[in-house]
Amino acid sequence: MRGDEGMTTVALRINGVEHSVAADGRRTLLEVLRDELGLTGAKRGCNQGVCGACTVLLDGRPVRACLSLAAACAGHEITTVEGLTEGNELTPVQQAFVEHGAVQCGFCTPGMVLTATALLKENPKPNVAEVRTALSGNLCRCSGYRKIVDAVVAAGGAR
Amino acid sequence: MSPYKNQVGQSIPKVDVREKVTGRAAYIADLSRPGMLHGAVLQSPYAHARIKGYDTSKALAVPGVRCVLTGADFTEHFMGAFIKDEGPIAIGKVRYVGEPVAVVAADDERTARRAARLIEVEYEELPAVLTPEEALAPGAPLVHEDLASYVKVFDAKFEGNAFSCTDLSEGDVDKAFAECDVVVEGTYETQAQYHLSLEPCGALAEVDANGRVHLWSANQSVFRVQANVCESLGLPMSKLHSMTPKVGAGFGNKMEAHIQPLVVALALKVQRPVKMILSREEDFEMVRARHPFKIRIRTGARKDGTLLAREVETLLDGGAYADDSPGVLGYSLLMARGPYTIPNTRCFGRVVYTNKMRFGAFRGFGNGQVAFAGEQQIDEIAHRLGIDPLEMRLRNAMRIEEPWFGGQQVNSNGLAECLEKVREKSGWGRRARPSRPGVKVGYGVAACAHISGLLATSAIVRMLEDGSFVLSTGATDIGQGSDTVLTQICADALKVTVDNVVCATPDTDGSPYNWGTTASRVTYTTGRAVAGAAEDVGRQIKEAAAKMLNCPVGDVELRDGGFIGVKGSNTTLPYAAVAGFTHWASGGPIVGSKSLIYDAPTIDPRRAVAIGLPFTRIGVFSFNALVVEVEIDEVTGKATVARAWSAVDVGKAINPRLVEGQIEGGIVQGLGFALTEEMVWDGGRLANPTLMDYKAPGAVDVPYEINSIIVEHPEPDGPFGAKGVGEISLVSVPAAVANAIFDAAGVRLHKLPMTPERVLTAMLGAD
Repeated sequence: MRGDEGMTTVALRINGVEHSVAADGRRTLLEVLRDELGLTGAKRGCNQGVCGACTVLLDGRPVRACLSLAAACAGHEITTVEGLTEGNELTPVQQAFVEHGAVQCGFCTPGMVLTATALLKENPKPNVAEVRTALSGNLCRCSGYRKIVDAVVAAGGAR
Repeated sequence: MSPYKNQVGQSIPKVDVREKVTGRAAYIADLSRPGMLHGAVLQSPYAHARIKGYDTSKALAVPGVRCVLTGADFTEHFMGAFIKDEGPIAIGKVRYVGEPVAVVAADDERTARRAARLIEVEYEELPAVLTPEEALAPGAPLVHEDLASYVKVFDAKFEGNAFSCTDLSEGDVDKAFAECDVVVEGTYETQAQYHLSLEPCGALAEVDANGRVHLWSANQSVFRVQANVCESLGLPMSKLHSMTPKVGAGFGNKMEAHIQPLVVALALKVQRPVKMILSREEDFEMVRARHPFKIRIRTGARKDGTLLAREVETLLDGGAYADDSPGVLGYSLLMARGPYTIPNTRCFGRVVYTNKMRFGAFRGFGNGQVAFAGEQQIDEIAHRLGIDPLEMRLRNAMRIEEPWFGGQQVNSNGLAECLEKVREKSGWGRRARPSRPGVKVGYGVAACAHISGLLATSAIVRMLEDGSFVLSTGATDIGQGSDTVLTQICADALKVTVDNVVCATPDTDGSPYNWGTTASRVTYTTGRAVAGAAEDVGRQIKEAAAKMLNCPVGDVELRDGGFIGVKGSNTTLPYAAVAGFTHWASGGPIVGSKSLIYDAPTIDPRRAVAIGLPFTRIGVFSFNALVVEVEIDEVTGKATVARAWSAVDVGKAINPRLVEGQIEGGIVQGLGFALTEEMVWDGGRLANPTLMDYKAPGAVDVPYEINSIIVEHPEPDGPFGAKGVGEISLVSVPAAVANAIFDAAGVRLHKLPMTPERVLTAMLGAD
């Protein structure tokens, strides 16, 4: 980065790895993830905290990376979609998305997967209503939500 | 070895799904090239103004800024799908608030955006026309003074700001209305809807040492990108290599150009890779949106419910550039009769330039607007005559042998079955309206047809050395799953599993021509080409095998799982042996291909009169019936859809789960259109270009219980009988919801979206 005043170095723990990144007071976690670390799974859909495409987990809870200042994330455990599995494995949530046809264009998918992952950790067997509520902050324009909800319910094992 | 199953008809997971659930799928914003710069755009603050001059010195003085381009740097070259009226940037004058006026390339996005704001443009404001009525008023300022001299790809009828006027009629409408026992008449209004592809538009261009441009962009057709960039910049097509990364949905907004020409112009100027990704606000303000319609419509019937006549007049806001507007207008008129036998129908429509962003293709392509009007009138007539509205539709449904409005032959028609299926599954006959305090409940039905087809496509199937296959079509998968469906068609035709076929990424250098992922056409049109190319390969495999086995070609056949067999015997050869033989011994590598264009005429001049209609060969027909259950909060007026049943005649579901995904997604996008979504202008400025202020449905706003019902009346020349499903499920939604609101509350809504305020106002007026 050039021309930016007040750059400081921030230590971020992302997917279990410590990173030292430059960040001024305005730099968002989304910018650091995408532009500096090449973690492009989190998407810039609105940059305003509405669409949920940039969702990542901060200490296991879903947050909007576009609204989170990078400097404020120091000391927290950050998980992106890239950090969910090793190699070519899929988590039960990802596997359920594959099996239920819950993916169309895929732009909302990383955010949906992370939000669902956080939900299942808190509530391992959510019902349809609980899943719909948990996903209500993640926009999908393709699917109509039905298959995403079914995938998350199935990943939790409840019917 | 597990037994081979037919690949068509299986709900196989999408071929790209692992990439997408792991976040590895690369969209345009995720791409990067060495030495890449970032672009940003300066937008017009005026709806209509002459550009007097530019001062770019402050922007160029910002450290990290490498290039600034304004309208002064472009010569006049024009693009446009129907009327060539649009340059890559505003030249000479601006025509809407938000129009690109200048672009910057800089070392990073933040610097580029900061520099763009420092460009000074001197304007002389001109009077603007912000509605079609203003634009049609005598003496109204012209948005395009040179309309008459623009190149047009059809016999356009135009006058003043009205850039396309279309007439379509059949029968003797005046005489028929005189014979009607009941006639209903009304005016309806629909709003601008934003596509909201979750991925904003973007592009990345790089110029090589030979001066050839390599372009990646969010698109619905690499070939339309190529054509638009080359037409608007005056480049030969051979100089432009158009490619696609994964695309974060389209719905119409990525079919024609967005910022690709500007990004290419920057890259040509700086001779470095340049990427530009629009912000959500820019994507709202400068890409395109669904046309606002004003519709005057009259429908008449006999006492027994037989529909006799319909008359429709539409007025479309086209915005500042023609884009796909003539097509939307013409298509909406072709659909305005609905899927019914109405022997006497007369339609007239105009689409008008205004000083707003361009309006263009959006899932439904004008059909949802006219259905909102026409399908309410079918209900009104049924109500007046005391006929059940679903029964009314069944009585008037086009029969299989009947042609479409205009005279085109219809070769498969599952409308009656769709209506019967939703009647049965929704429990229509015994539908209850449980009264709860403060809640009114109602049921509505609507029906429609939609085409799949249009224009040219081609496919190439190559056999690799080990007997597996590469399929190339040039069709961009925008998320709906066409890579998967086309792979299934190819695999099934060659009797191998989908693992043995890879679908190549579209690329204008490597892929055969495909017009685009639009008009619900890929499964039907491109699918036909794929089936044809696979058949060509199958024929060549048999010829090679016959040579290897030293027998007549008529004695060999393709067998399940990738084998050639000798008829009446157990002798088989694996494809790998044939591939080895052709690659290394005799005949040469097997390459099969098929090119086609949809060519059945839309208009039969013996039946219909059509003037200024831009489409003369549209496609084959899918059919749909939809029932919705609506609850209205009596205190707030908020209408919510609790359950929906949608039956779609898709000919043959190549991948049933993907078909359901299209039906469910279309319904929910239709619910946004029906109930909450509206782009609002404050003067010439779009007042709500953010997701905070533009309400698209979330998971809790839509019914969980969306019941997709697949009906299969095979299209004779469709691949395995298939026809399109991409758009149709959206079309019926506003009308079905409006009819359910009437059923619940006894009020008719004539304006979209049917917001709580509008519903409540109507209910209070009715009391």
